[in-house]
Amino acid sequence: MKPESFWHIFINASLINNFVLAYFLGICPFLGVSGKKETAMKMGGAVTFVMVIAATCAYGINLLLIAVGAPFLQLISYIVVIASTVQLVEMFIKKMSPALFRALGIFLPLITTNCAILGLVLFQTNKGYGFLESIVYALGAGAGFTLALMLMAGLREQLDFAEVPEVTKGTVLTLLIAGILSLSFMGFAGLGG
Amino acid sequence: MTILTALAVLGCLTFLLAFILIVANKKLQVREDPRIDAVEQMLPHTNCGACGYPGCRPFAEALVSGKVLPGKCSVSPDEGRAAIAKFLGVGIGAEEKRVARLACGGGNNVALNRARYHGIQSCQAASLVSGGGKGCFWGCLGYGDCEAVCDFNAITMNTFGLPVVDIDKCTACGDCVEACPKDLFSLHPISHRLWVNCKNLEQGEAILEECQVACTACGKCAMDAPDNLISMINNLPVVDYSKNHQTQIPIQRCPTGAIVWLDDKLGIIKGAESKKIIRKGQRQEGIS
Repeated sequence: MKPESFWHIFINASLINNFVLAYFLGICPFLGVSGKKETAMKMGGAVTFVMVIAATCAYGINLLLIAVGAPFLQLISYIVVIASTVQLVEMFIKKMSPALFRALGIFLPLITTNCAILGLVLFQTNKGYGFLESIVYALGAGAGFTLALMLMAGLREQLDFAEVPEVTKGTVLTLLIAGILSLSFMGFAGLGG
Repeated sequence: MTILTALAVLGCLTFLLAFILIVANKKLQVREDPRIDAVEQMLPHTNCGACGYPGCRPFAEALVSGKVLPGKCSVSPDEGRAAIAKFLGVGIGAEEKRVARLACGGGNNVALNRARYHGIQSCQAASLVSGGGKGCFWGCLGYGDCEAVCDFNAITMNTFGLPVVDIDKCTACGDCVEACPKDLFSLHPISHRLWVNCKNLEQGEAILEECQVACTACGKCAMDAPDNLISMINNLPVVDYSKNHQTQIPIQRCPTGAIVWLDDKLGIIKGAESKKIIRKGQRQEGIS
C-alpha cells in the first residue's frame, strides 16, 4: 500500500472525515461551546493542543503494548493517558499563562471526557500511522473540530437576531443546523476517502 | 499469564502517570499569597464592584499587594474593615460613606404624564418610546429599574412612584446609576446635603404645567448662596461641593422646592418660601 501523504492525512481528518460532522464525535462541546465565536475558537485551540499531545503519548504507549504483547489494553491505557495528559496540561497552563487558564475555564478539564480525543487515538492506531503521521492526523482532526465549532458559532450568532418559528427556537434549531452542516460536509467525500 | 501482563502493564502505567502528576503538581504549583484567601474570607463576598475592582477576590489581591486600603470597600461593616486593616498591618484608610442620590422630585402627586405607556414595565423600555410618557422629559419614569437592580434592597419605590434610597443599606456600588435611563442617580458623599432635586433643562415656568416641583431656572438660589457656591449651568443650579456647602441659605427662596436639604432623619427639607404640596393621591390633569 502506498503510504498516504501528510497533506492527504490532514485533509482527510479535517474535512472529509471531520470528527464532529462525519464521525459525530465530540458532539457535547460542539453543541455546548458553540454559542460565541470567541469561546469556540479557544475551545478548538485547547482540543487541538490536547489531541496532539494525546496522539504523541498514544503512539508511545502503543509501541510499548505491542512489545509486551498486550494490545487489548489499548483502550483502557489511552483513557488513563488522556486523563493524566489533560491534568498535566491544565497545571502547565495555570503555571505558565494564568490569563489563558482563566479564559478556558471549565472547558479545559472537560476535554478529559471528550470522545473526539479517544476516537482520534483509536483511529490512529487502527490505521497504523507512524509518529509524524499521527501528529499530522491529530493536527488535522483538531483543525476540523475547530472549523466545525467556528461554523456553528457563526451561524448561531447570526440566528440570535433572526426570526425563527417559535417551535424551533433553542436546542431544536441548533440540532437542525448541525444536521444540515453534517449533510454539507458529506460533499467533501469526493475529495478522497 | 495474560492477566499478569495486563496487571503489570496497567500497574506500571498508573504508577508512572501518578508519579509524573505528583512531580508536576509540586513543580508547577502556583504559589499564591495565603493572605489573599484570608482577606477574601473577611470581605463581604458580594462582588458588587463598589471598590472599583471586578470582585472581592481581585480587591483582596490589591489589598495584599498594598495598592489600596480596606476603607475602599463600602460594603463591609466598620469592624470588618478594621479586622482586615489589623490583619495586614495597614491603616483602614477610612473614606466617607457615599450613597446614591436621586435628582428628581417628580412623583405622580406633582408631575403629569403626557402619554400613557402600556409596554414592558421597565424604565429602560419606556424611555425608548419617545423618552417615556412623563410630561417632563428629564424626570423619573417610576418603573423601578433601580429598585430591581439594587443587590442590597436599598431602593424602594414610594407610593408616588419615586425611588427612595435607604442610606444605611446603600453601598454606593453604582448599579442604579447605570440602570437609570434618565441618568438621575449619582454617587455622593453622605455629607453632601445641599441637593438640586431636579434635572429639567428648560428655562421658565412652562414646565410647572408638567411638574410642580421642577426647577424653573430662576436663579434665586445662586444669588443667595455665599461664596459663589452655586452657579447656573444649562438652566440648572450646580453646587460646587469643593466649597463650604453646609448651608441651608440657598434653599430658602426656591419657589418650587427644587433645591433641597437632605437630612438623615427628617428626609427632604424644602425652603420656607417653596409652595407646600400636600396632595396625597395622583395629580389629575386640569388641576394645578
